[in-house]
Amino acid sequence: MLGRLGLEALKHDWIEYMAGVSIVGGGLFILVIITYFKLWKVLWKDWITSVDHKKIGIMYIVVAFLMLIKGLIDAIMMRAQQAIAVGASHGYLGEDHYQQIFTAHGAAMIFFVAMGAIFGIINLILPLQIGARDVAFPFLNNLSFWLFASGGFMIIVSLVIGVFAGTGWTCYPPLALPKYNPGVGVDYWLWSVQISGIGSLLSGINFLVTILKMRCPGMRLMRMPVFVWSVLATVVLVFVAFPILTANLGLLFTDRLFSTRFFDAAYGGNPMIYVNLFWAWGHPEVYILILPTFGMFSEIVPVFSRKRLFGYASMVWAILAILVLSFIVWLHHFFTMGGGPKVNAFFGIMTMVIAIPTGVKIFNWLFTMFRGKVQFSSPMHWFLGFVILFTIGGVAGVMLALPGIDFQLHNSLFLVAHFHTVIIGGVLFGFFAGFTFWFPKFTGFTLDEKLGKRAFWCWLIGFLLAFMPLYLLGFMGATRRLNRYDVADWQPLFIIAFIGVWFVFAGVGLQFLQIFRSVLTRKERIDTTGDPWDARNLEWSTTSPPPVYNFATIPSVEGRDAFWESKKTGKPLSQGPLEDIVMPKNTACGFIIGFLSFVFSFAMVWYIFWLAIASLVGILAAVIYRVYGEEHEYVIPKEELEKRL
Amino acid sequence: MSSGVQDTYDRAVFGTWLYILSDFLFFGTLFAVYAFLQKGNDTNKLFSLKYAFGETLILLSSSTAAGLAGAYLHRKDRRNTLIYFFLAWILGAGFAALEFLNLFSIASRNYTWDQSAFLSAYFTLIGTHGLHIVFCLFWMIVLLLPLFFTQIRDVDVRRLTCFRMFWQFLNIVWIFIFTIVYLMGVDGYYG
Repeated sequence: MLGRLGLEALKHDWIEYMAGVSIVGGGLFILVIITYFKLWKVLWKDWITSVDHKKIGIMYIVVAFLMLIKGLIDAIMMRAQQAIAVGASHGYLGEDHYQQIFTAHGAAMIFFVAMGAIFGIINLILPLQIGARDVAFPFLNNLSFWLFASGGFMIIVSLVIGVFAGTGWTCYPPLALPKYNPGVGVDYWLWSVQISGIGSLLSGINFLVTILKMRCPGMRLMRMPVFVWSVLATVVLVFVAFPILTANLGLLFTDRLFSTRFFDAAYGGNPMIYVNLFWAWGHPEVYILILPTFGMFSEIVPVFSRKRLFGYASMVWAILAILVLSFIVWLHHFFTMGGGPKVNAFFGIMTMVIAIPTGVKIFNWLFTMFRGKVQFSSPMHWFLGFVILFTIGGVAGVMLALPGIDFQLHNSLFLVAHFHTVIIGGVLFGFFAGFTFWFPKFTGFTLDEKLGKRAFWCWLIGFLLAFMPLYLLGFMGATRRLNRYDVADWQPLFIIAFIGVWFVFAGVGLQFLQIFRSVLTRKERIDTTGDPWDARNLEWSTTSPPPVYNFATIPSVEGRDAFWESKKTGKPLSQGPLEDIVMPKNTACGFIIGFLSFVFSFAMVWYIFWLAIASLVGILAAVIYRVYGEEHEYVIPKEELEKRL
Repeated sequence: MSSGVQDTYDRAVFGTWLYILSDFLFFGTLFAVYAFLQKGNDTNKLFSLKYAFGETLILLSSSTAAGLAGAYLHRKDRRNTLIYFFLAWILGAGFAALEFLNLFSIASRNYTWDQSAFLSAYFTLIGTHGLHIVFCLFWMIVLLLPLFFTQIRDVDVRRLTCFRMFWQFLNIVWIFIFTIVYLMGVDGYYG
């Protein structure tokens, strides 16, 4: 009846119980708060069923912050283990539990923190920047979010019911095959990634149609803000790369459940198929995360330097070059496969070539600042931190692109330090900069600057303390994912890294304090103009927060930085006529399909097949209901708009 | 069509194109895996080219019928739209039956997918295509049902056009299957 699910799924060691109790307790606490303040109706009507891109964006960011806390706690636990587990000491974590922690840390951080943060900002800002009222398929957008959230929820559920994978976040076979991993851990990983990946794929298609079909009059491609360009490249990567992941996970799934033999060498299969396909998705994924960050900095740096962006066209071409190159470098993740010197040389050189367009972008931002009136606001702090860290990480990446060096350093802590430098220094710092920059747009007040800068310094110092020792440890031969080691010389460096992670923790704490304090004292920093930074693009031409339809009349533009030009010349943007606005209606279908996808995944993890089939039927029923059952749009009449203006 | 309807139509068709492209990459992955794992395996004892050719003819006829139905759809000719979509459905169902019959007959001769990586790749590639077809047959019924009761509305034109595009995409995938799996495997040994 319940497949493999039994009471033993709840058996854990005491540390895992603590995690479980805090998750369940925290969840119950939130439910009680919502019930006490009678927020259920508001939550359901205004958020859960909302198809408004701004609200969906905020929900993405909330999930990303929650998962960031989870991933950070994982990181602290790992660092604590490594700080003490030297020689005879085995630390405080069991081996199985330690493996689950580093796997869950990687999966949560990549798939839910980084992806959530990026899609959050894209949702919030992109339609506003192109002068559109919503995305092309608003319902699909809501559905994508709920698929993403269901995937994240799978990881959380695995803390309480059963175990998570212990294979590392990449889940390579043969280790991930049932012969070596018969339990539910790999299945939790697989389904969590699969449903959130399908959500990302749908999002990618949605935004590509939005950008190409819904720009306001006059916004030709070469007039788009660079953020829009970066998102365009990102969503092309998403819809080209994610099908590979979906197919690859499908093969792993059939290997695990139906005993196909794709990755089983004993039957003529080959685990390197999985590894190649994984990184054929995985390397574009890196650029899916980093390109929007580049776009955000291209918006932020000109605003706080009071200058137009240096080298717009070169910025666009650099983005497109990265888009193409990111698909022909995947093999550098496993030079040791044995592809031979020609293959390794090709992928090594291509990897180094990517550094050129990336370097172009860094120089463009620096030249934008050059002789500008630079304001050192907190987004600019994040930018400067990013430039330093991303350069360090990039140089380490170019080192790893040399197959000869890579043979020595792959799977070492040097590699771990490298990708954390580019992902934290790049993606996260970029997200924090963008979050601070656009926060007033969707709330109507700015964030507290002082706490923001303090949070930045904690992050930067914490980062350097936590990861610079890892570069050294990599050179000294420490491999990744060690739960204990014998070399006593390594311990001081691990202890420094442990101290560093607490600084990062303090930084995150300060960020929460910053948001909390900013909400409480919002009257001091209220933004009535809709343009608190004296900024350049269309999103600032509407009120903060924007009305549900974004723009009462659709603006048209005659060049780049149209809003800035209109402020400078004193000539307001030309506007379309005031007409009735057709807006999409809220719907529960996205939430229901997302929830049923969670039920389906959970059933597949535990082999409860009747439930899996029932939830599939439910999903189909919800789709059919969506097609026939409800009115999709409503009209805001012209008269009402006139009253509001 | 009014401009709002035209916009919705354009977006839906463009979005479907993109979805088709991404599904192409999904199949492309399966093709790559098949081509890699097929090397050195005898395919003659598994399937016959004639059978596959028959399947191809049926599916292409279905595609033609769907194309005609699409033309009548845009003229809002309800009767002919229904007739030709019905024809496309019958031929598609016949194709799906032949496709799965083929898989069952191979399995019943004791070549099951758990025996080798090559067989896994074959069953997965053909089975995935078959499942796409079956889902489309189901979806065709869902989209055609309202046409029995009302005249063709703009929303029906949009949905059935997107559906027809997807149906023809599945035929193109089959052409690739016919080429890469059946034609190139005609000597029995691949590569």
